[in-house]
Amino acid sequence: MATVETFADVPEASAAARWRTFVVDFCRQRPLGAIGAAVVLLNLVVAALANVISPYDPLATDYGAMLAAPSRAHWLGTDAFGRDVLTRILYGSRTAMLVGFSCAFIGATLGAVIGVTSAYFGGKVDLLIQRVMDIFLSFPLIILALAVVAMLGTGLENVIAAITVPMIPRAALVARSSALAIREMPYVDAARAAGFRHGRIILRHMSPNVMAPYLIMLTAFLGQAILLEASLSFLGLGVSEPTPAWGLMLRGAAVQFAESAPWMAIFPGLAISLAVFAFNLFGDSLRDALDPRLRTQ
Amino acid sequence: MTKYIIKRLLLMIPTLLGVAVLIFFLMRVVPGDIVELRFSGETSGVSKETLAIERARLGLDKPLWHQFVTYMTGLARFDLGTSMWTGAPIHEEIKLRFALTLQVAIMSTIIAVLLAIPLGVLAALKQDTWVDYSVRIFSIAGLATPSFWLGILFILVLLVFFKWLPPMVYTPFWVNPWQNMLQLIWPALAVGYRYSAVATRMTRSAMLEVLREDYIRTARAKGLWQKLILTRHALKNAMLPVLTVIALEFAFLMGGLVVTEQVFNLNGLGLLFVESVAHRDYTLTQALVLLVAASFIVVNFLVDLAYAWIDPRIRFR
Repeated sequence: MATVETFADVPEASAAARWRTFVVDFCRQRPLGAIGAAVVLLNLVVAALANVISPYDPLATDYGAMLAAPSRAHWLGTDAFGRDVLTRILYGSRTAMLVGFSCAFIGATLGAVIGVTSAYFGGKVDLLIQRVMDIFLSFPLIILALAVVAMLGTGLENVIAAITVPMIPRAALVARSSALAIREMPYVDAARAAGFRHGRIILRHMSPNVMAPYLIMLTAFLGQAILLEASLSFLGLGVSEPTPAWGLMLRGAAVQFAESAPWMAIFPGLAISLAVFAFNLFGDSLRDALDPRLRTQ
Repeated sequence: MTKYIIKRLLLMIPTLLGVAVLIFFLMRVVPGDIVELRFSGETSGVSKETLAIERARLGLDKPLWHQFVTYMTGLARFDLGTSMWTGAPIHEEIKLRFALTLQVAIMSTIIAVLLAIPLGVLAALKQDTWVDYSVRIFSIAGLATPSFWLGILFILVLLVFFKWLPPMVYTPFWVNPWQNMLQLIWPALAVGYRYSAVATRMTRSAMLEVLREDYIRTARAKGLWQKLILTRHALKNAMLPVLTVIALEFAFLMGGLVVTEQVFNLNGLGLLFVESVAHRDYTLTQALVLLVAASFIVVNFLVDLAYAWIDPRIRFR
């Protein structure tokens, strides 16, 4: 066993170095992706520090300053309850990041495990899993999410569940197709011949090798989850008042007073678009960098 | 080929059956039922008997397996039943709303294709120039912009700059085409932007791949007219994946217009679905989900058939 560990040490060290060169190359060769990554980081920082950098309390109502236009006191104006729009956008990034990262992470991971398992066992197991996934795939994303919300009720955790469920079969589909090729690799045969349990082969030997498609899916899901959360909240089926959330800010009064107080309709939407834009920019460049088949030149 | 078509058609049955079973039980797990909801406004005056009579009228007093068998035998006879909430036959409830959603979906498809194909081809031809970068940023922005927010912006611009609002009441196209267009063009544009972004990206990457093929080099080498190479040789071969994303996106729109319909106050399938779930109108929800799932599966099937038709190299067994 000791020899195995010393062997393992060597690639471990070079992996860190490889990781560093990958980051440097990524920033140099894909400036757009690097900008996207920077905005994503900025978003995370804002979400973490929302209580420090916000000028007001996100829930504090001020009936003296209802629907106030952008001014020095309220940079982006106030809403129908006199709440500061900028503050609510900054706090809203907490909701968006929380939903985005949890949904993308849980959805992509569960999907990948199901996909790899399906590919590993093949045969009847594969066929059965594929049929079930097909059923879920024939529901449009938003319809499935709506059904889950109806079942569980609104609220942050339920919204996360509602968005994660339709992501799982999509992730499983991609992971399965990459894993099918890996299943035939000699090292998987070797692991099987060594008598390892199925679970160990799937998790330790096959899963690490579908890392590239996994990461690509994860980043693609991030933006989708944020958009979906905004849509559900806009319909009144997502996060509920008075939680600050971007989609929720666009609901009701924002449309009703669109002419007299357009800042309520414009800025939260800009926040959504900018965040998703950054995630997509980063995700796209990451895909180009990771997927050799899609690499141009 | 015929064998393949029959096989695929038969394979649709278990998938649709799965969808039907899934939505049946999903709806029963949702807390609350239609009878409670209907009488929830008049909490004091409703006796237990009234609720029981109403439940019996809707067949909700029967055991679950009995309801399931009734539902399944109805499906086998293509009978979707009546809406529990309004009492109207389901096909009557769906008809007009289906026409509306379908029209918006078709219009946004046209907008998306008109935008996506020229932009995608242009970006591929001018790869890594400022043209390419602008098209890519335009399309990534399209993916990032929520269509309901774009819709709100449209309304805002029309209101502030033109002092005009699109008509709020739906007029079918065959009654008054002009009035109909005035209302539906805005949601179609709002949805079409995102839709075109998906298609533009696919056109670009498919074109890039095809332009590297040997037969394109050959065509260039023999001095063929550039325009002819593009349309006859490159575009035709790049269309397959583009067709796929367009078709899938179209199928998605049949159920996925919910939020846009909300913004523009359109009574389409999406809003009907949200309403039916909110009312716990089991029969209507089940019918809508089946309709949407069926259109998705059928579109998928048609795409596969179109593949074989466009690309003779693909042959199905």
